[in-house]
Amino acid sequence: MARMKFICDAERCIECNGCVTACKNEHEVPWGVNRRRVVTLNDGVPGEKSISVACMHCSDAPCMAVCPVNCFYRTDEGVVLHDKDVCIGCGYCSYACPFGAPQFPSEGTFGVRGKMDKCTFCAGGPEEHGSQDEFEKYGRNRLAEGKLPACAEMCSTKALIAGDGDVVADIFRTRVLRRGKGAEVWGWGTAYGTAQEKKS
Amino acid sequence: MMKTTTMFRLLTMTAVLGLAACGEQPQDMTGGGVKQDDAPFQGVGGSQYAQAGWKAGDKGSWEQQLKSRAQYGQNDYTRMGAKP
Repeated sequence: MARMKFICDAERCIECNGCVTACKNEHEVPWGVNRRRVVTLNDGVPGEKSISVACMHCSDAPCMAVCPVNCFYRTDEGVVLHDKDVCIGCGYCSYACPFGAPQFPSEGTFGVRGKMDKCTFCAGGPEEHGSQDEFEKYGRNRLAEGKLPACAEMCSTKALIAGDGDVVADIFRTRVLRRGKGAEVWGWGTAYGTAQEKKS
Repeated sequence: MMKTTTMFRLLTMTAVLGLAACGEQPQDMTGGGVKQDDAPFQGVGGSQYAQAGWKAGDKGSWEQQLKSRAQYGQNDYTRMGAKP
């Protein structure tokens, strides 16, 4: 198995926010906290593009690097998780994350800031799998139930794909070959440069 | 006699000072550390939400379950039975 990854296909995303709703419902995420959001570029203009964004479970995660109490850990499947009993709610991870994934509930030990909350790739946290404690702190542990993240499984157009990196890449490759376009995953050019930029 | 008492006091004080650190609690912020998390293939026990079709504790079976679920649920070309 490779690493667990999300890919959002901007050619298919219709900004329905089904992924956001699925996530909030599955984990009973409180008001004011969005583990997943849909971002639209050129909203209302013909050719607008939407993309669903949450924690990308980075291989070299900046949140892990800056956390002063080392509350983060990475599972064997490449999922970046954190221990809320260790988190002090300082918000450094929020400054470091390029996707704005860390969220801070308004209730909790640290008043308005609270302990950090973020997408867990539906993998729960460091509590007994399937326990009430795990659900209350981190949400459902769908991976341990033999399922994939709710956001991707609920996506009506299958724009959001989640799972083993090899399988996800295989699905996306097949799709691009069939429709003959849209190989440029949103943000790919920004991160790795485009063909035109490389030539010049 | 005086010399023995002074010696005894000195030894006692040295022992007290020397052993004081033994009762010290770790003060670094990660002293407790992150709790150990089980691997997801261990399953969720007898939860009603557990998906059937794979064996908890068997990593290969869990991986296969996720792979087939991803293909069936997310690859609409194979799901519809379309030719690749």
